[in-house]
Formats: sequence, structure tokens, C-alpha cells
Amino acid sequence: MILANLPALQIVLPLLAAPLCVLFRREAISYAISLVTSWLSLAVAIALLQSVLASGPISYHFGGWAPPWGIEYRVDEVNAFVLLIVTAIGAVVISYAAPSVAKEVAQPRRYLFYTSYLLCLAGLLGVTITGDAFNVFVFLEISSLSSYILISLGQDRRALTAAYRYLIFGTIGATFYLIGVGLLYQVTGTLNIADLAQRIDPLIGNRTVRVAFVFVVVGVAMKAALFPLHIWLPSAYAYAPSVVTAFLAATATKVSIYVLLRIFLTVFGPEFAFDAYQLGYILMPFAIAAMFVGSAVAIFQLDIKRMLAYSSVAQIGYMVLGISLATSLGVTAGILHLFNHALIKGALFLAMGCVFYRIGSVQLADLAGIGKRMPWTMGAFVAGGLSLIGVPGTVGFISKWYLILAALEKGWWWIAVLILLSSLLAIIYVWRVVEVAYFKEAPEGGVKDDDGKGEAPLVMLVPTWALIVANVYFGLDTRVSVGTALQAAQSLMGAGG
Amino acid sequence: MDGPGLYNYWIVMFLMLAGLYIVVASGNLIKKLVGLNVFQASVFLLYITMGKVDGGTAPIIAEGTTVYSNPLPHVLILTAIVVGVATTALGLALVVRINEAYGSIEEEELEEQEDPS
Repeated sequence: MILANLPALQIVLPLLAAPLCVLFRREAISYAISLVTSWLSLAVAIALLQSVLASGPISYHFGGWAPPWGIEYRVDEVNAFVLLIVTAIGAVVISYAAPSVAKEVAQPRRYLFYTSYLLCLAGLLGVTITGDAFNVFVFLEISSLSSYILISLGQDRRALTAAYRYLIFGTIGATFYLIGVGLLYQVTGTLNIADLAQRIDPLIGNRTVRVAFVFVVVGVAMKAALFPLHIWLPSAYAYAPSVVTAFLAATATKVSIYVLLRIFLTVFGPEFAFDAYQLGYILMPFAIAAMFVGSAVAIFQLDIKRMLAYSSVAQIGYMVLGISLATSLGVTAGILHLFNHALIKGALFLAMGCVFYRIGSVQLADLAGIGKRMPWTMGAFVAGGLSLIGVPGTVGFISKWYLILAALEKGWWWIAVLILLSSLLAIIYVWRVVEVAYFKEAPEGGVKDDDGKGEAPLVMLVPTWALIVANVYFGLDTRVSVGTALQAAQSLMGAGG
Repeated sequence: MDGPGLYNYWIVMFLMLAGLYIVVASGNLIKKLVGLNVFQASVFLLYITMGKVDGGTAPIIAEGTTVYSNPLPHVLILTAIVVGVATTALGLALVVRINEAYGSIEEEELEEQEDPS
């Protein structure tokens, strides 16, 4: 009974837990509910992935209505993998959250924080799991609306303007998507993704389909913060509470990238997207620009969270670059980096959350000498930074290795050179932090909100290090991550169209 | 392509562009939200138009009617309207709090306060 309804449970659990938090209105109870729900969601995602890998895609019909009439939840290798990423990050982040939230969010709003977090989780999972194009819109808006709230809960008043800006951008993006889906419905008369894919096939030259394609892609690219549509991202990440930044950076943009993949490869199909419209050549310049502009701007940031946010823009560039190579190996690299970057950025932002917890600031100048005072936290940051750069033995290396392989497979050695060059930029901005943290003396008297204590509490350190360990583990043993990504890419490239 | 017959779509296009223009061009946060609403309303109209069948009635079986409008886009857009209402409410709430924190809802003045150089 439970097994048969796993796809529904994945969404229903966090969706039902959210109003419970509001009903209790107690911080401790809401936290307990969020914690249990997040870990249960992870268990469900693991069970789903195992079942998919063992016996193929699952199709779940809501209310017993067969697709294309009813709403279908469809789990295959690709989204089972993404579900796993989102729930795993959710579980780790929520285990870390309690002290950090207590520090950064005002007491009367904390139970609402957990409510929004659960809604956001439900939204992201919904976008990933659903097999219905309109359903994607609804869940996208659930996750977006709750993430605007989460961002606006930051202490700095600039969090409010950042959330507002994100709201405007996000809504335009989602509405673009809605227009695109409407046009597709107009031509094909269906909203089911699998059904759409079949009916679009003979319509390659159709102008409405072409316009719909543009609307959908631009809309989702806004959500994914694909350069040059990333303007909302740095402020939103910089001023949101640390927990939110870590969660959103590791999941929200990844889910949008997944939606892009779905649209390109399943709905429209590789022939349509890559051959008929040469999408690869359109995306690639943006991806490369993102890699360089994002990294270059990151070098000049004084706020480390903002620096990491710009670095995220660059990393999204890598993912899209993989996709734009339009080969099975390229898509594998893209999906792989989606997974790896979630681990990297999750760990880095959590480490910064620990720093903020102790000294109340993540300005570069305030971090002087922090390496001696918080060795474990900064150790995690350095390890995460190495992974971001792509040092062998970490997941960052695996991503870049596959990206370069994919580029070389096509014979485009200059892309491989560009990947290496932009990695050098990452060394610069990571090094700036390391230099200040380890080679500068701590200032007299410390920072304004400094609580004078040493290391961050264990509750926060353990999840941070769990992600770092995952960084190294998946950097050495790539069977799970690469294997799944390969299978996912093959099913996308093969099944589409 | 007969223009007048598709006038609904012309209205959709006009509202869409007008709404987007207001969002981009206006510096007042409330006006931006109004623009966003106009933009969303255009999409509502797009869906409603595509579901309408000439001479069709609501899809209820009754004597004497054989032509029905397609109810699905209409139902979809109900959902989208709800989402739109939620977005507007949240946006307005944010504007209220921005006004409390900054004492202004003009984008230029906010930027001056954030970056006083």
C-alpha cells in the first residue's frame, strides 16, 4: 500500500506537514515536524530511486485517472536522481537549521520559517516529480512564493528588497512558462509531458510551437538564473538567512535546470531542440559567459555569501555548457555537476552559516584570523573550496573531468581550455578567503555581534562535515553518481522525440 | 489572418506588453506590482480565449445544446488566478515591510539608501 503510493507521499508529506506547523505555532514543535518530514522524504526518495533503477520508470495516476486525462506523476532515472538530491540536501540542511535559525530569524516568525521551508521543499519536489506541464507551473509557484518569504526573513533590511526583486523576476519567469504551456496546449490539446512529446514531433516547423518553445525556455532560464537572467540571484542569496541560502543554492536552481533538461530533451526532443533549432549554439555562449563573468565578479566581492552566489552563477554555466554540447556525455556531465554542485555549494554555505553564527558577519574583512578560532568550520570551507575549484579527489574534479571529456569527444579542445581557465578564476576567489582566514591576525575586540566563543556547535558542524565527506566520497567512488547520471542522460537522449 | 476575428488575441498582446512595460519602466514598487498584475491578466485572457468555442455553452448536458466550450483552460486559469492573487498579496506585504524599513517605496530612493556612495 505504502510502496504503491510512494510518488504521492513524496509530495503529500511536506505539503501536509506545513499547515501542521502553523497550527501548533510553536518553534520547537514545528522544528521537530520539519526534521521528521525531511528525513522521511529522503527515505521515500531513496526507495523511489531504488525501485526505478531496479524495475524501470514508475507512473502514478492521481485518483486512478489514466493519463493523458488525469494528472500523472512520472518517476524515471532522471527525476528520481534529482528528488534524491533535493531531499538529501533538505534533510542535511534542516538538521543544521535550529541554532542558525534561532540566531538569524526573529522569535515570533520562526514557526513560519519552518512552514515556508516545508512548502518550498514540497514545491521543489512537485516540480521534479510531476508528469504534467501545468502542474510544473503550480509547484514552481509554490516553491517560489515560499522562497520569497524565506529570503525576506533575513535580518538585513536589504533582504526585503532582494525578495521583492526576486518576486518580480520569478513571477515574470513563471508567467512566461505559463504562456508557453498555453500555446503548446493550443496546438496539441494536451498537457501531459509524455503525450506532448509525441504530439510535438510532427510539428517541428509550426510557428506556435516555436514561440512556445522560446517562452518556456526563457521563463525557466529566469528561474534557473542562467546568465544573463541571473540578476536576482546574488542579492537574494547574500541577504537570506544562512540556512535558506544553503538550501536554495543547492536545490532551487538545480530543479530549474532539471526542468530545462526535461523541456529540451523529453518534451521537444534532441532532434527538435539541438538539430532543428541549434539550441546548443545559442546556449553555449551564455554558458561560457556565465562561467567567466560569474567567476570574475565573484573575485571582487567583499561579502562571502555574495561571492559564493556569483560563483553559483558560474557553476550554472558549467551545467548548461554540458547540456549545450548536445551529446550523451555532455548531458551526463551536466546532470553530474547538478548533483556535485549541490554538495559543494551546500557545504560552503553551511560553513559560512557557522561563521555567521559566531561572529555575526560574513564580510571578508571580519574573517581575519578565523582559521585559528574555528578550525573545523574553516577546514570545511577550504575542503569545499578545493572541490569548487576541482581538485582531484573531490566531486568538483569529477564534474570538470566529464565536462572536458565531453568537449574533447566533440573535438572542441578550446572549450576544455576555457573550462580550465575559468577554474583558475575559482582558485583566486577561494584563495582570497583562505588568505584572510589563515594568514591575517584577528582584529582587536572582534566584530560587532561577535559572541567571543570558538567553534560552532556540533549540531551545525556535523551536517556541514557530512556534506564535505560526501564531497570526498563521491569524488573517489563515482559508481553511484556517475552511474546514475549516465543512465539518466541515456534515457533522456534516447527517449526524447 | 483576419485581424478583427482574432481581436481577443490582439488585446492579449497589448495587455502583455503594457504590463511588462510598466514592470520595467516604473520606479514605484506598487506600480510595478500593478504592471505585473496586468501582465498576468493578459495570460488569463489568453487561456480563456483559447478555450472558448464559437456559440458554445458551459459543458453541462442540457437539451438543445450540442456545442460546448472547452472547460479545461478555464479551470487551469482558475488555478493561475489563485496563484496570481497569492503573488500580489505577498508582493504587497513585502512593499509594506520595505516601506517600514526604508520609509520609501521608490526604487531610486531605495538604491540611494542601500548604496549611499
